[in-house]
Amino acid sequence: MKYQTEFRDRSAVRHLVERIRHTADGMDEVKLMEVCGSHTMAICRFGIRQLLPPNLTLLSGPGCPVCVTEGAYLDTAIAMARLPDVVIATFGDLMRVPGSSSSLEREKAAGATVDVVFSPLQAVDGAQKSPGKRVVFLGIGFETTIPGVALAIKEAATRGLTNFFVLCGHKVIPTPLAALATGATRINGFILPGHVSTIIGTRPYEFLASEHGIACAVAGFEPADILQATLMLLQQLRSGTPRVQNEYTRVVRPEGNPGALAAIDEVFEQTDVVWRGIGVIPDSGLMIRESFAAFDAKRRIACDVEPTIEKAGCICGEILQGLKTPRDCPLFGKACTPVNPIGACMVSSEGSCAANYKYMEAPGE
Amino acid sequence: MCLAVPMKIETKDGSAGVVSYAGGRYDVRLDFVPDAKAGDYVIVHTGVAINKLDEDEALETLKLFEEIDEISD
Repeated sequence: MKYQTEFRDRSAVRHLVERIRHTADGMDEVKLMEVCGSHTMAICRFGIRQLLPPNLTLLSGPGCPVCVTEGAYLDTAIAMARLPDVVIATFGDLMRVPGSSSSLEREKAAGATVDVVFSPLQAVDGAQKSPGKRVVFLGIGFETTIPGVALAIKEAATRGLTNFFVLCGHKVIPTPLAALATGATRINGFILPGHVSTIIGTRPYEFLASEHGIACAVAGFEPADILQATLMLLQQLRSGTPRVQNEYTRVVRPEGNPGALAAIDEVFEQTDVVWRGIGVIPDSGLMIRESFAAFDAKRRIACDVEPTIEKAGCICGEILQGLKTPRDCPLFGKACTPVNPIGACMVSSEGSCAANYKYMEAPGE
Repeated sequence: MCLAVPMKIETKDGSAGVVSYAGGRYDVRLDFVPDAKAGDYVIVHTGVAINKLDEDEALETLKLFEEIDEISD
């Protein structure tokens, strides 16, 4: 794959690890947070945590969209799946996530039509081919995913479709980082998400450095990318000059992607939303604008949603905020495993618990 | 879920394109990379190209990995 092997090069990684150790030497304990679930996966997969000096801690943040999708959203999707003329189109990640009493996978087994799609535009094509059905695309995800969903809604409007809908559960990244920055976690630096930043650019993070004194570096997803970003953060902290640096310059520009941002702004507006395990964060989510209300499943599709029950006993909320790690949870690797997930962080493959479970040494070691 | 990978544009027809990746060919939308052309690498997420891959910048970053520190202890 283009520019993959070079960014996994053993000597580059070794050199970066040496420089990180050298820079961290003598510093007080440093807590960095990788915000993005794809970074969490890469850090676990490549064993990056084990390469770092003991005074440097990498915490996983709230950047797995499946993990932070509230139970009520899933219960609504499940209720819609039970309507006889509705086809649910979803990314595969959501299939197994437990709602209050069911999951999309179980509804499919019981006879509902639930199709896994790779692109929201596939769902638009599906709606066009099935005029007797109402196709509901489950729109979850951050700024990386949102432009494609905006494009799908605009495409449905252009094609004059009246049977394509989006159940909007989209969230945005910079807002919860502000909440984390001012919360109890005491993060010294953020490894910022490369593909979210591809869309929004580097400027929306600047307040984190200027107002909260937090070091920031946008990173790509290969081991050397993540280590280079870690080194940038340490250098900022050591020199007392927190700012926003961009390690992933081969993809991320300071201004982001203006065309994608315009599409988001045309179709969606900001609103307060619930983050599973964290609670309501003002202006941290999106809703479909009035001008595209014809495609809004929440407005247009009536259904009976069961009362939402959140599972007790797990500490996903604290893990998503970096207050605890999966190892701190008494259920981790015992009652809660990827086969029988109890909390949201274990359900999604990019959840902090699932990633740690998959790549860890045997539980309890 | 924000996984996105570099794919090479093989053909382009308006805002629709065909990209190749690991031996396969895939339909992709190019609405958000209006100046991308056949032969360019784009970062693709859920069937949508979200930006071009800048090869000069990739080489610059690789050079960064070779830097030597000048931290005085």
